[in-house]
Amino acid sequence: MKRISDFTVIAKQSWFRVAMLRLHCDEILPEIRGGQFVQVRVEGCQKAYLRRPISVHDVDYQHNTIDLLIQEKHEGTKTLCNLPVGAKVNIVLPLGNGFTMPDKNDNVLLVGGGIGIAPLLYFAKTCKDLTTKFLLGGRSESDLMLLDRFREIGDVFVTTDDGSMGEKGFVTQHSVWNTLKINKIYTCGPIPMMKAVAKIAREKDIWCEVSLENQMACGIGACLCCVENTTEGNVCVCKEGPVFNIERLLW
Amino acid sequence: MVKTEIKLKGLTLKNPVMTASGTFGYGEEYADFVNLSELGGIIVKGTTLHHREGNPYPRMAETAMGMLNCVGLQNKGVDYFVETIYPRIRHFDTNVIVNVSGSNIDDYVAAAAKIDALDDIPAIELNVSCPNVKQGGMAFGVTCSGIEQVVKAVRDVYHKHLIVKLSPNVTNIAEIALAAEDAGADSVSLINTLLGMAIDAETRRPVLSMVTGGLSGACVKPVALRMVWQVAKEVKIPVIGLGGISSATDAIEFLLAGASAIQIGTANFIDPAISAKVAKGIVEYCERHGVEDVNELIGSLTL
Repeated sequence: MKRISDFTVIAKQSWFRVAMLRLHCDEILPEIRGGQFVQVRVEGCQKAYLRRPISVHDVDYQHNTIDLLIQEKHEGTKTLCNLPVGAKVNIVLPLGNGFTMPDKNDNVLLVGGGIGIAPLLYFAKTCKDLTTKFLLGGRSESDLMLLDRFREIGDVFVTTDDGSMGEKGFVTQHSVWNTLKINKIYTCGPIPMMKAVAKIAREKDIWCEVSLENQMACGIGACLCCVENTTEGNVCVCKEGPVFNIERLLW
Repeated sequence: MVKTEIKLKGLTLKNPVMTASGTFGYGEEYADFVNLSELGGIIVKGTTLHHREGNPYPRMAETAMGMLNCVGLQNKGVDYFVETIYPRIRHFDTNVIVNVSGSNIDDYVAAAAKIDALDDIPAIELNVSCPNVKQGGMAFGVTCSGIEQVVKAVRDVYHKHLIVKLSPNVTNIAEIALAAEDAGADSVSLINTLLGMAIDAETRRPVLSMVTGGLSGACVKPVALRMVWQVAKEVKIPVIGLGGISSATDAIEFLLAGASAIQIGTANFIDPAISAKVAKGIVEYCERHGVEDVNELIGSLTL
């Protein structure tokens, strides 16, 4: 069941134009699946009228906290990134459909680019029986924050555009594609990256889910603004997605 | 105990708060957040005779205290509504009203006739004011002769409460409202969205796929309030006010200006529970001001 809850920022970490907020809720958290998102109300920013959809980076049911990894794109996300510890935040959650859970014998690769790495951490944590392999890409080393959190739960392969960390190039150029046996790909990141990953998946006939972030207003399937043109016509990314199997997309 | 019941011709609302078409889905989307029985009514997504895919993405642009949209009446058509959606929502403990749109008069009439046959739909809201479709839509709603034609034709086949939703994109909205009244409307609702536009200066391109779109949200409230006041002075039929209403105080202002009921639209996106909060807030206002019946507020603006 979806709900509207007040959270308090209890910890934060900041990088260049990115912040990780740890948010505590007084109420018991609803069940959240990896790949689902929340709608965060932005207070005190004249240029942000609507809520901001942010994917769930981590959940701690024991301590009633969620982690959100937020990239400063415009004024609204800038306001959220600048929230101090102690700030109150109103959140609608959980929204959308998560990634499809893999089977325990699956060989899974989680491919993330830029801020798109956010939902992959929590999703991987919910796949308990799995040896998780992450392939994460950024423009340079400074884009790849929080790698230690990913390393705690799986193998991490890295590419950077400038070669400052891991292999130089795009995630689709990493040598891991030639060495690993994979039968499921989950990916989230910039559209060109996800399209390139989907292309590899099609070529190698690998099952693949992508997480889209079309611009949203309501976040619950009412306004029909965030549509993606699919094999079934226009569907709401917020309600039908944000996770789609590439077979449903017209990519 | 404050009396909140509002009687529009043949349509009784338990309170003056409804939700605006296109912002509340079919009510189901909000069932986790709002007890629908606390609302006077819900107006479901614009329904056309035939399935419509709507306009391409991107369909939305955020603006200062508001948003533009060019959704373009995406819906699966009236038959799908009748067969699949209506059975799920017909027993909601509130008035379920269908917003009906079309691209020509025959389509409006055919869709309205199909809704007329549904026992648990007590009213339709005729959408002659959608700015996001090429044919029909707003074209009917911006001239007196256009609105007369479509309202008369629908009136002939529709026997329950007929609301006509007016466009603010006109020179004199009171004249249009009078034309709707003369043609047989039981009430008018206003305002639909204001035609607007957004440009991305970095890319030098329009933000919306259709270049222009409809502006809604808190920013349009003063315009909507003025138009409700102007129309309420001229027509005899009830006026339903909407446009930027985001709080009980906003709703009260529309009642004072002459609206008999109100709709909440874009504010549902910011607070999905706002509609029921406004209904409660209206009662609290009445208690605070010693008003025993909400009807006393309607048009009671002191000039």
